[in-house]
This record gives sequence, C-alpha cells and structure tokens, in this order.
Amino acid sequence: MTSCNVKSKGSPDGTDDAARKVYVAPGEHDEFYAFLSGGFNGQVSVYGMPSGRHLKMIPVFSQHAENGYGYSEESKALLNTTYGNIPWDDLHHPKLSRTDGMADGRFLFVNGNNTPRIARIDLTTFETVETLEIPNSAGNHCSPYPTNNTEYVVAGTRFSVPISDEGGIEDIELEKLNEYYRGSISFIKVDDKSGEMDLEFQILVPGFDYDIANGGKGPSEDWIFFTAYNSEQATTLKEVNASLHDKDFVAAINWKKAAEYVKQGKYREIPAEYFHNKMDKKTHVASSEVKKKVKVISPEECPDIMYLIPTPKSPHGVDVDPSGEFICVSGKLASMVPVHSFSNMLKAIENKDHVDVFESIPILKYESVLAAEVKDIGLGPLHTEFDGKGNAYSSMFVSSEIVKWRLKDFEILDRIPVYYSVGHLMIPGGDTHKPDGKYLVAMNKITKDRYLPTGPELCHSAQLIDISGDKMKMLLDFPTIGEPHYAQAIKADIVAPKSKKIYRLDENEHPHATLKEADTRVERDGNIVRVYMTAIRSHLAPDNIEGIHLGDTVYFHVTNLEQDWDVPHGFAVKGARNAEILIMPGETKTLEWIPTKTGVTPFYCTDFCSALHQEMQGYARVSPEGANVPIKYWLGDPKK
Amino acid sequence: MKNLIKGKSLIVALMFIAGSFMISSCSSDDQQADKSPSAKSEAGESASVPEYGVGPVKEVSVSNPPDEALAEKGEAIFASKCSACHKMEGRYVGPAMDGVTERRNLAWIMNMILNPEEMTKKDPIAKKLLAEYMTQMVYQDVTEDEARAIVEYLRLNDTN
Ligand SMILES: [Cu+2]
Repeated sequence: MTSCNVKSKGSPDGTDDAARKVYVAPGEHDEFYAFLSGGFNGQVSVYGMPSGRHLKMIPVFSQHAENGYGYSEESKALLNTTYGNIPWDDLHHPKLSRTDGMADGRFLFVNGNNTPRIARIDLTTFETVETLEIPNSAGNHCSPYPTNNTEYVVAGTRFSVPISDEGGIEDIELEKLNEYYRGSISFIKVDDKSGEMDLEFQILVPGFDYDIANGGKGPSEDWIFFTAYNSEQATTLKEVNASLHDKDFVAAINWKKAAEYVKQGKYREIPAEYFHNKMDKKTHVASSEVKKKVKVISPEECPDIMYLIPTPKSPHGVDVDPSGEFICVSGKLASMVPVHSFSNMLKAIENKDHVDVFESIPILKYESVLAAEVKDIGLGPLHTEFDGKGNAYSSMFVSSEIVKWRLKDFEILDRIPVYYSVGHLMIPGGDTHKPDGKYLVAMNKITKDRYLPTGPELCHSAQLIDISGDKMKMLLDFPTIGEPHYAQAIKADIVAPKSKKIYRLDENEHPHATLKEADTRVERDGNIVRVYMTAIRSHLAPDNIEGIHLGDTVYFHVTNLEQDWDVPHGFAVKGARNAEILIMPGETKTLEWIPTKTGVTPFYCTDFCSALHQEMQGYARVSPEGANVPIKYWLGDPKK
Repeated sequence: MKNLIKGKSLIVALMFIAGSFMISSCSSDDQQADKSPSAKSEAGESASVPEYGVGPVKEVSVSNPPDEALAEKGEAIFASKCSACHKMEGRYVGPAMDGVTERRNLAWIMNMILNPEEMTKKDPIAKKLLAEYMTQMVYQDVTEDEARAIVEYLRLNDTN
C-alpha cells in the first residue's frame, strides 16, 4: 500500500488538504478525546478529534432513556436534590482534573446551572459517579473551575440572592432585593485519590453576577480569577440596567489564603441543606446523603483574600495564559480585550493602589494592573485560549470570527470567520500550563445554512480549525448535540489505556446480584416481587414468570453474566412507565415495573447481542389482585 | 452488529497479508487484491490447525486420578461463567459437557474457553460446532489457571 505512489488530486481551494488532516481511516483511532457540554440537554458528548466522530453521550443531570440512567433504581439517587429528584439540568462547563497544571485524564467535572450542582465523571468508565448540590447558590454558571492540582473545584453564583444567615434563601420584596442579596463562591475539596468532592467552605461575596472563572498557574497558582458583571446590581431589565457602567470587575481571590483562614477557624457555620450523591464503586448503587451545614467566610472578616480589578464591560471569559502572568478578559460589550498583569496586580496590592473600596473589598486601579489592551480585536469578545507557542486566540460572538494575537506584543496576527456567532472556543490543554496547539474548536451558536435543513431546529455546529501554522485553516464542520458551552480535549493515549472494558463478576457486590444462573429466582415480600434474573447470549433466566398480581411492584434485578467487552444486554417490559435498562458485562441493574393491566406481558433484550437476539425474550403473567396464582418461574422445562 | 467485529487479531492478520500482496503487485484493482489472498489464507490456516486448536495452550499435564481440590475450584467458576450455556447432560445453548474430556484434546478445551472467537473462525471442529449451534461461544475473561481448573472439573465429571 505504502509503496504505491498515488498522486493526490489536489484542488485549488485546499479542501483536499483539509480532508486529509481530519481523515481517520476505518479502524484507526483519533488523536484526542473532546468533551463537549450539552447545555440544555444536561449531558456531555464525547467526540474524537480531528475526525469529529461522535463517540459517546454521557448522561449527567438528565435522565437518559437510552440506557436507563436516572430511571434505574441504581442511578436514581444521582439526581436527588433538596427540591426532589430533578430529571434535567443545564450543563455548561466541563473541566478536566489536573495534576501539576496539566489535565491528567482522571475525572471530568461539570456544572448544573439551573438547580446548582457539580458532577464528577470517572474517565475509566465515562460514567457519572458523583453529584453535589451547591447551597446558597442560584444559577451555578461560574463553575466548576479547578485549581492547579485539583485541590479545589470552585463554583460561583450567576444570580445573587438574599442568602440568609440562618440558612436558605430569604423571601423578601423584590424591589428591595439589591439591598440584601449576595453571591457565594463555593470551594469544593477534591480527594486526591478517590476524586470524591466535599464542600469545604463558601466565601460570601458582593451581589454581582459571577460568570466565568479560571485558576492561576505558575506564579499565580494560589489565585483564582472570576468575571463579575452587573456591578450596577440591577435586578430588573438587566439587558439594559446591567450594562450601564463602563467597567465591571474581575474578582481575584487568593484561595490558599482563604483556605488558611478556614483552617484557623475564622469561619461561621450556618445551616444549609444540600444533597451529596455518590455511586458506590463496588455495588454500583448510588446513595444520597443530606448535609446540614456549611462553613462561610467573608472578605470583611478575612482581609487580603479578595480584590476587584475594574474591567470593561460585562466581561465573560477570564483566561490565564500558560505562564500564569497574563489574565485576559473578554468583555462581551467591549471591542477590545484587556490583558491584566499578575505581577502588576501584586504591586498594586502592595502599594495599596486602590481607587475605591466595595463592601471592604479593595478596588485596584485599572491602569496599574493592566498590561495592555488588545484594540480593535473584533466585536463581542467572549473567550480566549492559548496555543503554548506564545499566541492567544479569542472568539468574537458578534463579528463571528476567531482572532489570533501575540502575547509578546499584543499584536493581532490573523483572523478567520466562523459560522455563526461563536461562543466559546477550545484548544486541547488551552487552559493549562502546556497547551497542545494543533487544533482549535469553535463552538457556534447559530447554524442556519451550514447543514441540510431539519425544520426550525438545527444542531449547533462546531468547527475544527488547524492552528499549527501561521495562518489558521478551516478543516471541518461537525454537528453537536444540545448546546456546547465549553469543551475540554485531551490526548487519547492518556485516557484510552485506562478505559474499563467490563465490570468483573467476581467484584460485583450489588445487594441483588445473581452471579450464576443456578441462583436465579423470584421472591415475594408483601407487595414487592423481586426477580433475580441473569442475561447471557441469548437468554434471560428465568424467562417464564407467574404469580405477579395487580398491586405488586416488581423489581427486575438483571445481572449480565458476560465478561466480554462491548456485550451489554438490554431489558424492557411492555407497559413499564420508565425506560429500558442497559446492563454492562458483569453489572447488575434494576428496572421497576408496576403492572397496570392483567394478562401475559412480554419482556425482552433490547440490545442486539447475537444471532439469537430476537429469541432473547420471556413472559410475565399478571393476574388480578387476590387471584390464587402462586409465584412460579422457570427457564426451559417448568420444573421449579 | 457488535460482535461481528470482535476478531480483531484476525482482521489485523488479514490486512497484513492483503497489504503485502498489494505492495508486491502495486495493483490498482484494490478489490481483487483484497479478495484472493484472504481467501487463500483462511483455507490455509484451517488445514494447518493443530490438535490443540488456536490459542495459548499447547499441552496440558494431568495427574491421575484428577485433583479434587482443583476440580472444586473449577466447578465454582463453571457455575458462574459457563453454566448459563452448558449443562452436563443434554444440548442447551451449547453442547453437553459429559464426555468432553474424552472427545477433545484437553488443550483444545482450554483454548476454546480462552480464545473462543478465533477458535470458531479457524479451528475446523469449532467452526462445525458454531454452524451446528448457531451461537458464538462467548469470551468470559477466564484466566489460564481458571480454565485449567474447569478442565479438571470436567475430567472428574468424566471419571464418575
Ligand atoms: Cu441480549
């Protein structure tokens, strides 16, 4: 194959070259995993890069009927909150866990924006394993941003709300809201080994809208930076009223110092109810714990933890360059990108170079902190990432383009149009200490004519851009699912070798597991009927069940006895009012079924598993309430 | 469609053969180049498959009478990983196990457990069994030691 010198057809517009760059031959693997948030679908989708192939959908905050996530008895608890079991959320920002400022491929953290939550996805299984509700928060947009070694993941409020000292959010007149409201920034400790989260403390901050954050690195690694808009503290017609000031703020928070204050006991503990839900590694059953208190500190009582840097205008992205010196801010309503200098900031703090104080928080002088303004960069700058070769790339929402500029002299080097209305962009590792500056993904909000029309609603479009040379080159359009707000990408060879292929049967500690076919059975306990079922190509055991009555609640505990990669079995019952379940090899999952009609009811495997898949089915007989039909079950001859 | 693409090692082997053929001939007719060598290689492989089949085990050394402790271990593994398809007596999803250690080479049995996908593609006996039972014997992530224990359990069963 290689010796045959086939001449490339080569076309003048260079599309052949682009095609070659994104072509991943059948059976070959992509170089990167890309994790794109699903926004209003509450999920994360995984793509291969550069091919743009969709590899997986990971349900996080939304029920997923496709595999039973959020429907199965095992996974329901992951969606528990103080508001009840919430089957949906708005998932905005994925962030990979880090070691020494670099994505380590262990976990992906994501936020739920609407009912404030943070979730952790385990990247050996690509499954959601933990969700943590955030109390004293509303619009959990400014999260989940990790520090350099994932010591903490932080979460900030987009809506400020009247947080009560007695716990909870107060009921007050909306006309007086801005006299009472506050924001909160939550510091979630992440366990080194297990990755488990724990809400260690919150900083109660002035009532602005906290939008995006990013941790410092190198010299600035003790700090984390937040954009804070609505410095006007408007509560109505924000579209106008939150855009009056010529400058809003970047809030710089010294998280190390804040954590020290907490260690020294300078906190108050206030009542706060929130759910912490964890998937048990051995049983594969999620359970919930309700926490009752949270530690809070305030900048007033803990000086030097927070400073405000004036920044034009309604800032969104706040991005720290790989060296840790430059803090680049994208003010949606500005036509330039202000670049703050971390070393200037330290000097301004030391020299008390304040222009004002806001509720005890020093406001530093804009000119003293600023390194430069990247002027005439475009309209509606939103977000910036870096290539590790001295360049920054900013997305322009209004003028629909990506602009490349140089950190050395803040000169604009190149621009490329994107289609259309780009939100965030992403370079693999582009938010870390050492970016991999080969590709850039633009996540576009408007698709319009880019694909075949599919009625009023179109998939959002992402675009892959080659940034390896001086000029940016458009390589590929690919549709995405939901609304990707942000993304992360990581070299596949960091994640792929650790990917789990099966769950081991001999490690299955599910309380209702059936580890061999001989143990399959049906048990009645009052109105509860438990079916201990196994699945293997190509039968379910038992496949004939009698003695179920109207008024019963039936639990099918199905254990997949397979120990081979990529052989899940599915399970569905006619009339079940939830979903199917997909059971991975070695795993046990439970489907609840409350029969509503008498009669013979079929159940079957939903995942095409073998040549005899269509035969992988059975019958449950449902008799009237009180009928004299005893529990009886079998597979093969009705012996039992 | 999932388990149609499992035989990765086989596919790789075929690609290699197809590839080298193309290099030598520099043929522009890819389809023809793809077909003839792979067809040949399959036939060739079948003809030369040894008595122990295809897999990591070539020989099994045994003690007489069978080691009861080892057989007991094998019985437990058999119950959890094999019994959903094989009973001792009578056809089930797969063949009955009674007499299997007399019918088959012991190393062949182990390779069938350890390497079922390749066995049913290359070994003539395994191929015939697949055609008869129409269900691919599943890979159950059994270790070599565990497979050996299962064989001991089957041997003990055959002596009783
Ligand atoms: Cu199946």
